[in-house]
Amino acid sequence: MPKLFTGAEIVFKCLEDQNVEHIFGYPGGAVLPIYDELKNHPSIKHILVRHEQGAGHAAEGYARSSGKPGVVLVTSGPGATNVVTALTDAYMDSVPLVCISGQVPTHLIGTDAFQECDTTGITRPCTKHNWLVKDINDLSKVMHEAFRVATTGRPGPVLIDIPKDIQFAKTKYKKPYKEKKLNGKSHNKFSQDQIDELVKLLSKSKKPIIYSGGGVINSGPKASQALREFVEVTGFPITSTLQGLGAYPGDDNQFLGMLGMHGTYEANNAMHDCDLLINIGARFDDRITGKIDEFSPNSKKVHIDIDPSSINKIIKVDLAIVGDVTSVISKVNKTIAKRKNGHSKSNKSNIAKWWEQIEKWREKDSLNFVNSDESIKPQHAVQRLYELTKDKDTYITTEVGQHQMWAAQHYKFNKPNRWMTSGGLGTMGYGLPAAVGVQIAHPEKLVIDIAGEASVLMTMQEMSTAVQYNLPIKIFILNNQYMGMVRQWQELLHEKNYSESYSEALPDFMKMAEAYGCKGIKADNPAKLNDKIQEMIDYNGPVIFDCHVDPNENCFPMIPSGKPHNQMILGPNDQEEKKIKGKGKALV
Amino acid sequence: MPKSKSAYSIPTKKQKPDTYIFVVWVDNEAGVLARVVGLFSGRGYNIESLAVAEVDAVKNISRITIVTTGTPQVIDQIRLQLTKLVPVHKVAEFKREDKGVIFKEMALFKVVGKRNKIQKCLNACKKFNPVILDETKTSAVIQITALRREIDKMNKKLKPLGLISTSRTGAVAMTRGAKIFN
Repeated sequence: MPKLFTGAEIVFKCLEDQNVEHIFGYPGGAVLPIYDELKNHPSIKHILVRHEQGAGHAAEGYARSSGKPGVVLVTSGPGATNVVTALTDAYMDSVPLVCISGQVPTHLIGTDAFQECDTTGITRPCTKHNWLVKDINDLSKVMHEAFRVATTGRPGPVLIDIPKDIQFAKTKYKKPYKEKKLNGKSHNKFSQDQIDELVKLLSKSKKPIIYSGGGVINSGPKASQALREFVEVTGFPITSTLQGLGAYPGDDNQFLGMLGMHGTYEANNAMHDCDLLINIGARFDDRITGKIDEFSPNSKKVHIDIDPSSINKIIKVDLAIVGDVTSVISKVNKTIAKRKNGHSKSNKSNIAKWWEQIEKWREKDSLNFVNSDESIKPQHAVQRLYELTKDKDTYITTEVGQHQMWAAQHYKFNKPNRWMTSGGLGTMGYGLPAAVGVQIAHPEKLVIDIAGEASVLMTMQEMSTAVQYNLPIKIFILNNQYMGMVRQWQELLHEKNYSESYSEALPDFMKMAEAYGCKGIKADNPAKLNDKIQEMIDYNGPVIFDCHVDPNENCFPMIPSGKPHNQMILGPNDQEEKKIKGKGKALV
Repeated sequence: MPKSKSAYSIPTKKQKPDTYIFVVWVDNEAGVLARVVGLFSGRGYNIESLAVAEVDAVKNISRITIVTTGTPQVIDQIRLQLTKLVPVHKVAEFKREDKGVIFKEMALFKVVGKRNKIQKCLNACKKFNPVILDETKTSAVIQITALRREIDKMNKKLKPLGLISTSRTGAVAMTRGAKIFN
């Protein structure tokens, strides 16, 4: 007779078979049997967080920096509800997470038992799929399927709710099936004809642009490699979404910088004026498109995406290629190479004029700012941080707000998986726990959370996690005492009525660092900034870096509301000329 | 209208919505209807009627029929989003005007009144296969099968003849001829 295992044992056997090395979690009544089993599985290390949201974000940071799914373990009720923000964040940014939650015993489900909540009901809209395991015989199958759903196609979070009695119950263990298709849903649905059509468009175009997104990162390092080859062989300009940064080298001349609401002048104008737009693994997010009616009005649009529902959701495209970015771009590269006979060269000369135009836009130097000797400009702080860390293979996470945009604009990424930021959901408090997860995945690497003082306070408690596991994360706080992005919008759109965006009673971050048992560094003098940043980098342990910056600085350039790409506001000088005029405020 | 102060775009002109019927084959498991219906409510799609039941007990498959309205772009999105759900096997959609597909709803009318009134009701329903399911001296329960708008019409028409209660199903659909949905 085969050996019988408890539900808790099966959970770990599945995790082992899925090659899980780290789980982020927080114990509680309904998951105690699983926690009890932890000691018998030395290959799996549990990272104890201080709040379940932190566990979720840490797992996101882990997943995005390593390409492996992040695993979260929480208890029922509040444990599950606390992780909802992180699940939603992962859903919006397509991060593979497997969340295991405890549940009250099956016979108590529906009775409003202690720490009971309808976890699968609450998480249904923020997961790719979820399961409530009511029969122990389903457990191993569900666990393996959960990993498959989370990691295949467009990645995303899944949740498995396991009642406590199921964790105790015994059954046989089933190994994972190999490569079973999900209801026959395969992900590469493109044909050579489509690739040929794309190649034809490439050769005809005079004003092309490549717009790449997080899908390239999600497709793995090979996708970035293929993308680089593609950009090189075509000679096309390339811009990237917030999530796609790093897929193409940020310091390369063909890279126009990020596009969208706070993207560069050249990237947005090129998007507007182009005659061929190639979207690779991005989803025409509203922060990218600006006004839909006037989005890239004269271009043929190509959309390469693994998720068919991303196609024509917002922008109608002329050619849709549904498939994994690596497979599609590799196929395109091969097709181009086959037909090479003079084609790629002639095309480069075709687009020479386009490049001249782009260079003219570049001359605007839209990321410029007026530096100061008296106060630290936040952009300057990010630039210094970049210069001092660029040779170190640094991993950057951020919170959400002005500092996030400055980081995206001024920190140049040359490799994929080095940039972890909450783009879709825009979760303040994401960066610190994400940095914890990144550091777990890459213990020897330099991991920095570029933060704002308001955001970082939302999940500050995870410093305690960093100290417990001696994770030398650096929390680089651009402290302007405001919810900066809120303040900026209030300044530009709400007649400077700074309603509740100023933080009256900020903690002393130096003392806070001391209280947590890590190092605190404070910088408020531009002349000493370099030395202080160096001190932070050199310190072997977690650091809270309190960088006092000019509180009134705004993040430019910017596409104001209701405007298309070619009507950006540039820096302070340009602003006087173009006052924001809009039609109809309705939302937010 | 006040000046735009929104970080979001302004809604653009909408196309005219049409009525479509979706047929969705799903694994008959706990929560599957909630997933489908939650998708509609979560993304702001409309449900005009809904019919669901298991159709294959061996393979454990349920068939959901949803009548909805939307622009072609929205209808496309509904199909693609439904297809992404893990327990969904296949999705078919039809315009209401599609001649190749039969749509039917069933309604039960409870009529209270004298014989002649009930007889009038039956006559009025003649075109829609009326069946009397229950009869007393002063009441009758009449079943009809018809299109949505026909039932709407009968519902109005029978009111003055003593209709006191209506119960109706959502629409179900089936293609004409030998072929089946693929």
